[in-house]
Parts: sequence; structure tokens; C-alpha cells
Amino acid sequence: MINYDNYLNTEIKAVKPSGIRRFFEIANELDNVISLSIGEPDFATPYHIREEGITTLEKGKTWYSPNRGFMELREEISKWLERKYHVSYDPATEVIVTVGGSEAIDLTCRTLLNPGDEVLIPVPSFVCYTPLAELCNAKPVQIVTKEEDEFRLTPEAIEAAVNERTKLLVLPFPNNPTGAVLRREHLEAIAEVVIKHDLFVLSDELYSELTYGDEPHVTIASIPGMQERTILINGFSKAYAMTGWRLGFATGPAPIIAQMTKMHQYGIMSAPSMSQYAAIEALKNGDKDIQYMREEYDMRRRLLVSAFNRMGLHTFEPEGAFYVFPSITSTGMTSEEFCEKLLYDQRIAVVPGNAFGDCGEGFVRVAYSTSLQNIKEAVKRIEIFLEKIKNKEIE
Amino acid sequence: MTVQLDTLDHRLLRLLDEDASMSAADLAIMLNSEEAHVASRIQVFEESGIIKRYQAVIDWEQVDQNKSTALIQLGVTPAPDQGFDKVAERIMEFPEVQGVYLMSGSYDLTVIVEGASMRDIALFVSRRLSTLDSVLSTTTNFILTRYKDNNIVFHTGGVREDRRNVFDD
Repeated sequence: MINYDNYLNTEIKAVKPSGIRRFFEIANELDNVISLSIGEPDFATPYHIREEGITTLEKGKTWYSPNRGFMELREEISKWLERKYHVSYDPATEVIVTVGGSEAIDLTCRTLLNPGDEVLIPVPSFVCYTPLAELCNAKPVQIVTKEEDEFRLTPEAIEAAVNERTKLLVLPFPNNPTGAVLRREHLEAIAEVVIKHDLFVLSDELYSELTYGDEPHVTIASIPGMQERTILINGFSKAYAMTGWRLGFATGPAPIIAQMTKMHQYGIMSAPSMSQYAAIEALKNGDKDIQYMREEYDMRRRLLVSAFNRMGLHTFEPEGAFYVFPSITSTGMTSEEFCEKLLYDQRIAVVPGNAFGDCGEGFVRVAYSTSLQNIKEAVKRIEIFLEKIKNKEIE
Repeated sequence: MTVQLDTLDHRLLRLLDEDASMSAADLAIMLNSEEAHVASRIQVFEESGIIKRYQAVIDWEQVDQNKSTALIQLGVTPAPDQGFDKVAERIMEFPEVQGVYLMSGSYDLTVIVEGASMRDIALFVSRRLSTLDSVLSTTTNFILTRYKDNNIVFHTGGVREDRRNVFDD
């Protein structure tokens, strides 16, 4: 019998698996479950984008693309960023197309981080930053964002966490799971601290197009002095409902993108060509799709926030992404207990807040990327669940 | 009565079209409006006939497998002074008839007929429709599978997950 332990890399062994999927797996085995657990649009990819993928296959355009992605796609990405967020990148040297935003995050970490470097990671946040920093033997330093600050990262919190070893600040906004966003004035204040301490920024803006209210998303790269010290990461999964196409991109200073390209060259080669052709269509003709989906999400968001607050689960009003993050402390349960009991008793799957960092304890993440019918039914069942807790039928 | 519609009205109608059982309170929350305003708009839509009525979308195939629907294409002779209205009004009177449309193209009217079975519909066409004086010809097309109706996917043939589509509007 081989002892595989001897063969395995010690860092990878130490990394914890993602906590989001656990309840999703259980939910899959039960009947009649409404899942509000997975961060995936309920919309199918808009048909004109799917059609472009189909046409590409029919024509047999199934070869490798250049390592950085097709030039036409990089040009469209560059135009899109200019049009939407008023930042300008050279498609030849400052853009790389990746396998989802996830690969771009991985590449950025591995390209920038040396052992011992410290990485500031606001939490609660998406699950990948801490393990990826650890795999680089860098030190993840979590900064807890608080509800009283509307889960925004504050310059004071950065000041309190920064030291001479700090190299990188991760900026995951609009935020998964809290739905917090950073508006221009918040970014300006953060930029000041970042420049003062000569930090670099990994700005994960996957949810940028799902920003609600009158003001559109602002990227930190558009704040004066920041583009030269930011890797901006975005992608197609959330904005265009293209999760399975696995396509994202990073833009930033040419010397860094060049190093990231080497990593991508050896590990990935190039992102799927069919997905790239479809993405060109998305960027050229997909604005109205985004608009439609954003309006739908926005209505569901209002409905859920209001429903949770009415039921006595205090819920912060998120301004971005497609999650609400209600506090469940009034039930006296831990996040895990709440999720497990809700799933078995009422067949509703949500994710415990502590999957996104220890500070998420006391919260649950509820994804509203599901139909209105499901949301209405889920609200009904959660109401019954809370009533049962009140009557001590569930403890 | 002509009703002036703003953006909120359009969104409200779209939501009701999708799910008429939403309460005015919930609709107001979703549209960032006031419950009283939403309720009064709905009343205006009802009174002006923009909203005809509320009904459930039922998958009758699950209730009764024999129940059938057909699209009947009719060639008709228009009446001298009333055009197609007269014959359309006559056809509307049959309880079996769910819909009557004046069409462009090679036929004049399309009639949607529901019946307890295909045979029932065939008999209805031959005995009741064909025999009308102004009807020149009929072509009966039975619906075999209802894939999508009222914007709802009824049958996916197992090839496509029931995901929502993004509509251009």
C-alpha cells in the first residue's frame, strides 16, 4: 500500500476545501429542495452569445488561441473597460484572457507574491484568496469588514493591518457574500493609503455589472495614481451568465501581465477558443442583456431584503452582486446549525456565513440568482422555520 | 380610455404578466414604489381593460392525456359590408373555440380549438365550422407537444435544463 501522504505537497495538504459546496452537495441528495446556495445566474447565457459558440464549432474554429487570448477579444475587452469604467489598457501588452476570473486571481498571486509577503484580504469574502496566498507561502492577513461600515473596507482598517512586509491588497468589491460596494469616495480614501504604503492592488470586480442604484460601478484603477499599481480582474460568468464557459481576464501594467502570461503559458496554454469567440459577441452586443438581468436581480434583491427584515432576521441592504447576508443570531443558532436545520426541515439550501471567513459566523449567504417563484416559496418556508424555532419545535 | 404608461407601469405589467399572484405590497418593494400607488395603477389597468383578467396557466396534459388542442386555418368569404368581423364573431360563439385571429398570409382566420380528444376536434371542424356558409376551406393542425406556452417551458425533451432566458425588450 502506497502512503500517498509522503508524495503530497505539504502546503496543498494544509489547505481547507471550500465550504460553499458542502450544503450544495447535501441539497442535491434531497427532494424538493430550493437552492439559494450557489453563486450562479439562473439565466441561460443569452442566445446570441450561445449561437456564436455554436457557429464557431460548426466552422471548426477549434484551435488554440494566442496565449494571451485572441487579439480581437483583447481589443473588445479594452473598449468595454473604457466605455464602462473609463480606464484605458493596451490590448497588445496590458490584457490577458484567462480561464475564469479564478485563474486571473491565481496568476496575480503567484506572479506577485514571495514567501513572507503579507496580503491584506477583507473578509467575509470569496473563498479563494487566503488559500492562494498560502500556496505562495505568503501570509494572508484578514481584515474584518463590519456591518456598521456597510461591510466596506475602510482606510483605517488598512492602516491598522499594514506593515513593512505588506505587498498586496485584495479588493473584492462588489462583494461576495455581503453585497457591499465601494463608491468613488471610498476608493479615493483607500487609494491614498495604498499609495502612501506603496502597496499593489488585486481588484476582483467580477460582480461590477451587478451594481444597483443610480451610480454605476467605479474601478479603483480609474482613481488617479492607481492604474499603475492595480491588477484589475473581471470576467463573463456573472455579467453575461456564462459561468460554464470559464472565461475571465486581467488587465494591468505590461511588465506584470508579461510575467503572468508565462505562468498561463505553462499551466493553461490558452483559454478555450470557442468561449473567446462567444465572449467577443457578448462584449459587442450584450449590453442590453446585462441591463435586463440587472433589473431582474434588483427586484428580487429588494423583495428578499424586505422579507428577511420583516421576519426578524436583520439584513443589511446590499448594493451589488446577487447575495443577501442576513444575520441569524436572533435564532440563537450557529450559522452551520441554522443552515443544516433549515435544509432538513424546510428543504431550503443557503450557505453558512463562516464559509467566507470566521467573521461570517452569525450570518448566512442567500443567493437570489433564482426565479421569483422560488424566492417567494423560499420566503414562505423560512417564515415557517422561524415560527417553529420561536415555538421551540426546533432547537 | 387611453392610459398613459410610464416606465414603472411597464415594469409592473411585466411582473404581473409573469406572476399575477404577487401582492401590491411585494410589487411595490420590488419596484421601489409605494403600495398605494401600485394598487391604484393595477386598478387603472383593470378598469381600462389593459389587464383583462387573472388566470392560472395549467398543464392540461397532466390532468387529461386525451385533451387536445388544434390550430384550424380557415379560408372564408368576407361579408359584403362587415368584412371578416361577422364570421369571426360567429366562430367566437362556440365554447370549444379558445382563440380567433385574423391573419396575414394564405389563410384568413386562425382558430384555436380545444377538445376532449382529437376525434372530438375533427368532428367539431367537420360538423360546425366547415358547414358555416362563408367558410370555404379548413386545415386542421393538431398540437402534438407543447414545448413552451405563455412563456413557460412545458416540455424540455430532456435536452435542455429549464433555465430562464434573457429577453430583449
